[in-house]
Amino acid sequence: MIAIIDYDMGNLRSLENALDRLGAAYTVTADPGTIRRSDKVILPGVGHAGLAMDNLVERGLPEVIRSLRQPVLGICVGMQVLCRDSEEAPEKPCLGIFDAHVRRFSPTSGCKVPHMGWNDIRNLEGKLLRDLESGAYVYFVHSYYAGLCPDTVATCQYAGQLFSAALRYENFYGTQFHPEKSGSVGERILQNFLAL
Amino acid sequence: MLAKRIIPCLDVKDGRVVKGINFLGLKEVGDAVELGRRYALEGADELVYLDISATLEGRKTFAELVSRVAEAVNIPFTVGGGIRSLDDASRLLDAGADKITVNSAALARPELIGEIAAKYGRQFVVVAIDAKKGPDGRWMAITHGGSKPSDKELFSWAQEAEARGAGEILFTSMDHDGTRNGYPCDTYAALSDRLSIPVIASGGAGSVEDIAAVLTEGKADAALAASIFHYGQYTVAEVKRQLAEAGIPVRI
Repeated sequence: MIAIIDYDMGNLRSLENALDRLGAAYTVTADPGTIRRSDKVILPGVGHAGLAMDNLVERGLPEVIRSLRQPVLGICVGMQVLCRDSEEAPEKPCLGIFDAHVRRFSPTSGCKVPHMGWNDIRNLEGKLLRDLESGAYVYFVHSYYAGLCPDTVATCQYAGQLFSAALRYENFYGTQFHPEKSGSVGERILQNFLAL
Repeated sequence: MLAKRIIPCLDVKDGRVVKGINFLGLKEVGDAVELGRRYALEGADELVYLDISATLEGRKTFAELVSRVAEAVNIPFTVGGGIRSLDDASRLLDAGADKITVNSAALARPELIGEIAAKYGRQFVVVAIDAKKGPDGRWMAITHGGSKPSDKELFSWAQEAEARGAGEILFTSMDHDGTRNGYPCDTYAALSDRLSIPVIASGGAGSVEDIAAVLTEGKADAALAASIFHYGQYTVAEVKRQLAEAGIPVRI
């Protein structure tokens, strides 16, 4: 059973639909016991990183998440809160699993912020991105990015910035992009996560 | 590199696609879910479903359709047509839409943009603008499917929409829509230069060259098209292959 953490950070419908298409069983929950007992955990999230941290704290989840030993996948803001900190809420430390700082894109000529749409990912490493070709396209919607760090397992380039498209530290995985909206490539990534 | 997006648009009435008759091998012609899946498989980057039902019953059918699309399609999709309130937007979000588009209702009450963006994020709000060039050379937004002029000038309205929380602007020139003579690229470029959110070009494509022009000279981030796909003139894959050959970054 997969636990999708429900902490009021955006609509979970597309993630649920994507897991349904793959035939995966899941439960949507904020209950620490259920989360700890599940085989895998997904931490989704769309919105403000500071609000995301507040909502996790309010539900008593930061320590629960840090203590998990089963595979955990953070998606978008769910990935960002697994980093050290974010410029979006500098006064609030994040969960500090990934050794990355989250910064805002500076708009450059011809590059709009948010970074929205399909972009290609490269330097792919590890099991989550197994069987994907370098240059595969995935769907992004974000204004903040995690810089490169030792945990980077995929890179993407936007607004003159090479950033982490995916991160991994031990049993923790994160994607800045939305695998649940990334066509067949995204399906492959979710299948890889399910197979961990 | 961020790819330019190709977005087929499906007009839906009472739950069925009104255009789109020339797909070979499609069993249920007009089935909105099946067509969407087909486009997604061909390489569409996003889909837009526009509800053109005039009745309450038709609107209800549309919301049910949105749920079925969300279940079946693995790429982002936008829905629009008849969204007048935050409640309307919430219903479609709950049904699984990734974005909504507002047009006339935002012109009538611009605060609507901010209300929806504050609740669901600006990435959820696409503001559609239909505009026409007046005798004085100014582009004026028009409402109600092109039938009523407004007092909003295209560029200032688009900038206002951005300031209020729009995540993207979908601009259709009513002087070009349906002509298949291409897009007004100068106007698109001027619009794109004034905004820091993506611009989606819509209406007027008669060929891949037209689409290539609006994505380069016109500085548009995406192109939305209906007829050239529905009537089987080109497949999405064919359009993207030709754009790639022309050196335009697309997801293949």
